[in-house]
Amino acid sequence: MKDTAVSSPVVEAKGLGLTFETNDGPVHALKDVNLTVEKGDFVSFIGPSGCGKTTFLRAIAALEHPTEGTLTVNGMDPDAARRARAYGYVFQAAGLYPWRTIAGNIRLPLEIMGFSKAEQVSRVEKVLALVDLEGFGKKFPWQLSGGMQQRASIARALAFDADILLMDEPFGALDEIVRDRLNEEVLKLWARTEKTIGFVTHSIPEAVYLSTKIVVMSPRPGRITDVIESPLPKERPLDIRDSKEFIEIAHRVREGLRAGHGDEV
Amino acid sequence: MRSLFPVLAVLAAIVALWYGAAVRMNSQWTYDQAARAGVEVSLGAVVADTLSQERPVLPAPHQVAKGLWDGLFGQKVTSKRSLVYHGWVTLSATLLGFAIGTVMGIALAVGIVHNRAMDMSVMPWAIASQTIPILAIAPMIIVVMNSLGLQGLVPKAIISAYLSFFPVVVGMVKGLRSPDAMQLDLLKTYNAQPREVLTKLRLPASMPYLFASLKVGVAASLVGAIVGELPTGAVAGLGARLLSGSYYGQTVQIWAALFAAAIVAAGLVMIIGVIERAMLKRMGLVR
Repeated sequence: MKDTAVSSPVVEAKGLGLTFETNDGPVHALKDVNLTVEKGDFVSFIGPSGCGKTTFLRAIAALEHPTEGTLTVNGMDPDAARRARAYGYVFQAAGLYPWRTIAGNIRLPLEIMGFSKAEQVSRVEKVLALVDLEGFGKKFPWQLSGGMQQRASIARALAFDADILLMDEPFGALDEIVRDRLNEEVLKLWARTEKTIGFVTHSIPEAVYLSTKIVVMSPRPGRITDVIESPLPKERPLDIRDSKEFIEIAHRVREGLRAGHGDEV
Repeated sequence: MRSLFPVLAVLAAIVALWYGAAVRMNSQWTYDQAARAGVEVSLGAVVADTLSQERPVLPAPHQVAKGLWDGLFGQKVTSKRSLVYHGWVTLSATLLGFAIGTVMGIALAVGIVHNRAMDMSVMPWAIASQTIPILAIAPMIIVVMNSLGLQGLVPKAIISAYLSFFPVVVGMVKGLRSPDAMQLDLLKTYNAQPREVLTKLRLPASMPYLFASLKVGVAASLVGAIVGELPTGAVAGLGARLLSGSYYGQTVQIWAALFAAAIVAAGLVMIIGVIERAMLKRMGLVR
């Protein structure tokens, strides 16, 4: 744990529970989740499908509403944080509007948030450079590869400069080679922008490579089984994945996932 | 060239069938005439006669073509016998009705998508409205509008709008609902207001659906305008031309008016197609 005395946590969940009422009875998507995310953390949520990792991320974004416990974002109610535009959200699919150019897509949140025209132009330029897409602003989404589209969607989430970046399996649909490159770029981005990142994944190497904090979750009911503070340095070349520490953490994550599955059988 | 051949082949087959049917259907009259005059007619004479009767049961293609040509180019366009004149009368009602129907259809669709009460209440009525035969309701619209002091163009346009709003409503409801949950969530994360969701996401996403609906709607508009001309005993318009043709047994005139209507409909659909392509190209939706 970092020194929490000075700055208040970015995300704080206490006894958080979320139950969906379905026709087949209640589904406990989250149960008794306690977690604190500090400013500048890179937190990964990992677990099998149905473990509530996406639900938890959506609850932080106020796209879902918890039924028990408390959740604060930047010390506020998540809804208030959403209205204060506290975070940018990257979805599993790039979800660019096909009728807008790349620049037009990145401009979308800026238009809605009422930035001036000049400000829009300069911000679009800035984030395009940040995700290495200079010169692609005038292209339409279909003219870009899947990886480039996802980079554009990250740029869109960065455009209004929220402190928190929430990413829900952003590279889940991409092949491993593209994924490795984008992971590297996300790390660089994180180092440059000093944002707090919440990252949902089901890939152990991805979680270990990226995170300062790995939250291992298990299903039915969705809960946290382990929180691992990564001892890896902030500077991480790709070949750190062959180091002893890396393998040890990956092992612990795997153990945590297995334990979570164990008491289900 | 390769695509032209099948089109021409089908066209030739239709024309051949048409000639055969014309000879067969019109021959009765020829035989009756001959019997009354007490003469025998050869087969060749029968065929020649059936293709050149004044009031045939089924006019031959060349007779219709001549009637159409005379109607379009054989008179001054202001003449009461000009198909251009009658076509314009019908077209103006069609365009006004189409505009009303489109605006109404889009407005209803926006309401249906945004308001649950409207969603549950309007759609059944819209569907019910289309199950009523337009021929039955058209005279009543004319009578009611007449009592309000409206004659001529507007009542016809209302009937035309009545037919054309429906495909627009159906298409636009589908189009406005086409954005998926993720795209809606995305706007929610920006704290976008419903108006912005409509203008930035739902309306652009519905454009392809809108144009498909407009093509159906504009053809329905033309039908509505023509039907609107029938029960009034209108003196102008393609509908009036059809009606007077049937009063006086002028089958060639009826068929010429029908083809004129078909040409107008095809032209309107083509114009919408051109606008569609230009619009979707600008939106980057055409690759």
